[in-house]
Amino acid sequence: MSENNPSSIDDNFSDYKPLFTNASALVEANRCLFCYDAPCTIACPTDIDVPKFIKKISSGNLRGSAKTILDANILGASCARICPTEELCEGACVLNDLHETPIKIGSLQRYATESVVIENTSKLLFQKAPSNGKKIALVGSGPASLGCAADLAKMGYECVCFDKNEKAGGLNTYAIADYKLSYETALKELEWIDQLGIEIKTNTTVGKDVSMETLLTDYDAVFLGIGLGGVGPIGIPGEELDGVMDCLDFIRDLKTHPKEDLSLKGKSVAVLGGGNTAIDAVTQACRLEADNVYLVYRRTRSKMGAYEHEQELALKDGGVFVLEKQPVEIKGEGKVSELICAKTKSENGKLIITDELSSLKVDLVLRATGQAKHTSFLESVGIELTKWNTPVVDGNQRTSHEKIWSGGDCVSGGQEVVNAVAEGKLAAKSIHSTLSGGQ
Amino acid sequence: MADLTTNTAGIVSPNPFWLASAPPTNTGDQVARAFDAGWGGAVWKTLGQPIVNVWSRYASMDINGVKMMGLNNIELITDRSLDVNFKEIYEVKKHYPNNAVIVSLMVGSREEFHELVKRSEDAGADGLELNFGCPHGMSERGLGAAVGQVPEYVQQMTEWVKEVSNIPVLVKLTPNVTDIRYPARAAQAGGADGIALINTINSLMSVNLDTFAPNPNVDGLSSHGGYCGPAVKPIALNMLSQITSDPQTAQIPISGIGGVSNWQDAAEFILLGAHSVQVCTAVMHYGFRIVEDMIDGLSNYLDEKAMTLDQLRGQSVERIKNWQELDLNYVINASIDQEKCIGCGICYIACEDGAHQAIFANPMDNGRTHVEINEAACVGCNLCSLVCPVEDCITMVEIPNEFDACSWDDYTTRNGKLAPRAEHEWRPIVGPPKSDI
Repeated sequence: MSENNPSSIDDNFSDYKPLFTNASALVEANRCLFCYDAPCTIACPTDIDVPKFIKKISSGNLRGSAKTILDANILGASCARICPTEELCEGACVLNDLHETPIKIGSLQRYATESVVIENTSKLLFQKAPSNGKKIALVGSGPASLGCAADLAKMGYECVCFDKNEKAGGLNTYAIADYKLSYETALKELEWIDQLGIEIKTNTTVGKDVSMETLLTDYDAVFLGIGLGGVGPIGIPGEELDGVMDCLDFIRDLKTHPKEDLSLKGKSVAVLGGGNTAIDAVTQACRLEADNVYLVYRRTRSKMGAYEHEQELALKDGGVFVLEKQPVEIKGEGKVSELICAKTKSENGKLIITDELSSLKVDLVLRATGQAKHTSFLESVGIELTKWNTPVVDGNQRTSHEKIWSGGDCVSGGQEVVNAVAEGKLAAKSIHSTLSGGQ
Repeated sequence: MADLTTNTAGIVSPNPFWLASAPPTNTGDQVARAFDAGWGGAVWKTLGQPIVNVWSRYASMDINGVKMMGLNNIELITDRSLDVNFKEIYEVKKHYPNNAVIVSLMVGSREEFHELVKRSEDAGADGLELNFGCPHGMSERGLGAAVGQVPEYVQQMTEWVKEVSNIPVLVKLTPNVTDIRYPARAAQAGGADGIALINTINSLMSVNLDTFAPNPNVDGLSSHGGYCGPAVKPIALNMLSQITSDPQTAQIPISGIGGVSNWQDAAEFILLGAHSVQVCTAVMHYGFRIVEDMIDGLSNYLDEKAMTLDQLRGQSVERIKNWQELDLNYVINASIDQEKCIGCGICYIACEDGAHQAIFANPMDNGRTHVEINEAACVGCNLCSLVCPVEDCITMVEIPNEFDACSWDDYTTRNGKLAPRAEHEWRPIVGPPKSDI
């Protein structure tokens, strides 16, 4: 990155998919075949009617286009930027079969929502419905809770989110690669969502500042959208050294501080893990102009959890994949200077760790080896949990407790923002149906 | 390379591609550059009594992001002096003796015509074109389309010109009439050597939704204008075929105009009997350079067909019939190549909502739509094949039957028997009246 953009680190974090101009959006919108019962819509977890919103772009009805998107997905502006569209709508586009580039649905969605949501120039798109007298508490204010609260607010429910962080939005605010969705953009989207009248109590931890019992008593239903915890130690010597950290803390820091202050110039970074979060850490360490950024993964590339297109991005940014290496020790005096790895191999699908050691000179080790569950909190709530310590939910996101629904990463174990919104929506539907006497 | 030399009513040009009388032929410099680019002929921007133009003159119709599918203008005839025009015509002709220069005229009296005919001939023009076509501005002064809409005027003015002219005279017709054959016959009766058509179609291009001002915008106001460009080609082809298939005018040479943008368009005009074609909008869009591919493409096409231009001309004329002469027993059905189908479902919804409910659709596990033709309901209308985005995926296939050909005339005179047809029987509308919900 540094060779391409010598001007400033901030440039490295500019939009990696820039906003369409009016003319380019029109050309792209008009390429859409307007499929009937379209595969892109079927592929969207939140059921955005893609051909409909694209047709509205080509007719110049941008407000109608934005409403089509945001009615289906309140975080449509975020998802336009961060959805793995290659795997979802764009991957389903019939044009792939004609050996043509699929419609750039993500970019069109961003174009349609930008002025309404981010620039917030349009008249109000939604309104809080007149109160129906019922109150819903949502624990967390991330994508799942907002997806749930938005639909409920439109039906007249009083929604109150409780969030332990300083700012609302959960993972969408603090954990998305900044060149895809910046901290500032995420906060602007939250400002726009304000029109729905969802109350968000930040700096408020459920279980500490307010008890779960209180919520269950004071509210008609509770939605748990608490996401996942941090990435804990992997259990090797040296993890207490300065310079070993949870990659989510690293991402959070770079999003909430001036990037110049966090320059990694002259430093080497090792990211442990092979998932999409590891990729986000690699790409952003590269953009902070680290000299060397290694992704250390114990299996081969084909086994990595990260999407292929994300792996490509990491390599393009200058990341180096160190494969079939198991970290065994971190060395350093007070702070990290070296990561020792053992060579691994796979025999009949089983991972064997050999005693062949190698060393990487690094100044920073970022753990991206999987987030912890909020097990003790969930246990204290008293709902039934799976063997992976996630809430057991039915087909409508309802837990074993009749007043508690749950969705998002805390249930799925970690998926896309769009999936969390979809689960929140599903829960909203079920909550409404339950509270309005359906079941 | 095929010989493209063309003779249109005695006007010889190295190829059939002429610039129409319009902004691209406004000056000698433009025409000279056009000839350098390869254009075979040019019809000079119409000469007449001096006029003054408004500033804002053109407006465009863009379709789904494609620019200028239609163009309209409220520009009038030349706003340069006759002296300058004739001087430039003389110079151009001197420099380009092998290219055809046709002078377009629009005046109202016999004396004016006589004077301009003489001056055109003195300048070396190869032919004249009488502009009885412009639907805007000039028509309100009793000229252009105001003449072309009255066959008697067409004949009379043509006679005035023919009284004195020694070079071929083409009459350019307006399409703003109910039956183009009448002014065409009148031109022929007046002695015209050939016909040029179509001129522009009367139009109001668009209205600005922010300002409510029509386009082209002249300080918030506008006026009706002449419509041309790719969108008008089917109208031009029809009018051309009406004249070439009219026994009274079938022999008159024609310079075809209307939406010609490339060699394929030109070949269609020629198949329907045109001798030369005239181009304006495509040049206003892309410049004179487009003629290179027009020449190259037409030449390659003729070589592939092993035909000369004269052999190609008019080949399709006899295929234009009255509807009642068409065979009602020619049965075709749509056929879908499932290997090529991408499952977009567009043919289904087009047929279901827009045509004859002859396609079955089922969602597939991969999110695509599986479509199949219901042969019992298919009327062979072509719509599905027209909307299908995949080349050769939906084709129309002839279904042979044992019935003899039967036209409407045969049928109504009981001389023919109809093959069985797809029928759409009565289907009840289900559910309560919507006003009750």
